[in-house]
Amino acid sequence: MADLLLSLAALIAAVAFGLAAWRFIKGPRATDRVVAFDALTIISVTGIVLAALITGRSIYLDVALVYALLSFLGVITAARYLEGGEE
Amino acid sequence: MILSGFLDTLGALVLLGGTLFLALGGLGLVRMPDVYNRIQAGTKATTLGTLLVLLGAALISPAWSVKLLLIMLFLMFTNPLSSQVLARAAHRAGVAPVASKDALADDAEDLA
Amino acid sequence: MSDTDISLPGPTTPPPLRRLATRLFTTLLLFWLMLNGSLSPATLVTGVIVAGLIAMVFARDLSFLSGFNLTPAGIGAAFLFIGYFLKELVKANLALARLVLTPSLPIAPAIVKVRTKLTDPVGRLLLANAITLTPGTLTCEIKGDHLYIHWVVAKDTDHEVATQEIVAGFEHYLEKMYG
Repeated sequence: MADLLLSLAALIAAVAFGLAAWRFIKGPRATDRVVAFDALTIISVTGIVLAALITGRSIYLDVALVYALLSFLGVITAARYLEGGEE
Repeated sequence: MILSGFLDTLGALVLLGGTLFLALGGLGLVRMPDVYNRIQAGTKATTLGTLLVLLGAALISPAWSVKLLLIMLFLMFTNPLSSQVLARAAHRAGVAPVASKDALADDAEDLA
Repeated sequence: MSDTDISLPGPTTPPPLRRLATRLFTTLLLFWLMLNGSLSPATLVTGVIVAGLIAMVFARDLSFLSGFNLTPAGIGAAFLFIGYFLKELVKANLALARLVLTPSLPIAPAIVKVRTKLTDPVGRLLLANAITLTPGTLTCEIKGDHLYIHWVVAKDTDHEVATQEIVAGFEHYLEKMYG
């Protein structure tokens, strides 16, 4: 039962990823793409947690945490660049 | 044994609910008319969605709950922050919002 | 995390450096222990040394607790704030779900200006974050005492009404936490 639900969850997360990816490709502006990228990375965290649950390895949680940290820094850097980036 | 089976199913349901919110956020990203509304849809849905996914994971594997809680705290703090920085960047870069009133642009004109 | 654009009134009486260092040290050590999930001597010793060094160097910089009102009233308000925040987060998502699932997409966006009474930078940061995650509002910019909020379904673009509607709920708790 739980396994079936987890598979379904993975499927819906994939749909969410697909929708955000559509916005990432479509744009039209750079800001739209960064917003979509932000959403994509957060959805990926869910993917990594699902991987941790399915394989039963907690090391993936560390991966998820570092991934979230790096994507946050990436988005902040991209936003700084978009607004002119003098500072 | 019955209890762990119950927790597994409950956790999986919570997790499933979380992914539903992620999908709604994705739909918002696609449907909303301008970058500010897209940020709104994206940030709220992905925050709650991810929190529910992590909560579900904690119910399925209680041994991981401390680390999952850490990820939750981190996301609750950074997720809105990156959205705000993006919204600010968009406005400073001159992306006009689809809006009946833009107090920020009005004030910027006053100062200029 | 601190931002150059948030102009802050100068603190009247700066809190003693030792207290700031202690608070930063405690926060860092707690996070380190949570990350490791163990209390083995090696973990503890490493954590104490590294957190101690960082706390000594960065005590003057902002951290979560630097302006926090560490009294029963402040801690109580923090719990109520978290509860209120989670409630608003769920409400925000249900409202958003209804919005994006409605074929006509009934939105009426506006950027409104609101005022905050909070002076502590961490308090303001939490206010901005909380506003971003609650029904239909997104903080776009902070200038002085004013926040500029993007509102998906703007009820009223008036300064006072918007302040009451968006800010008052959270400010009530944050004033006690960072007052």
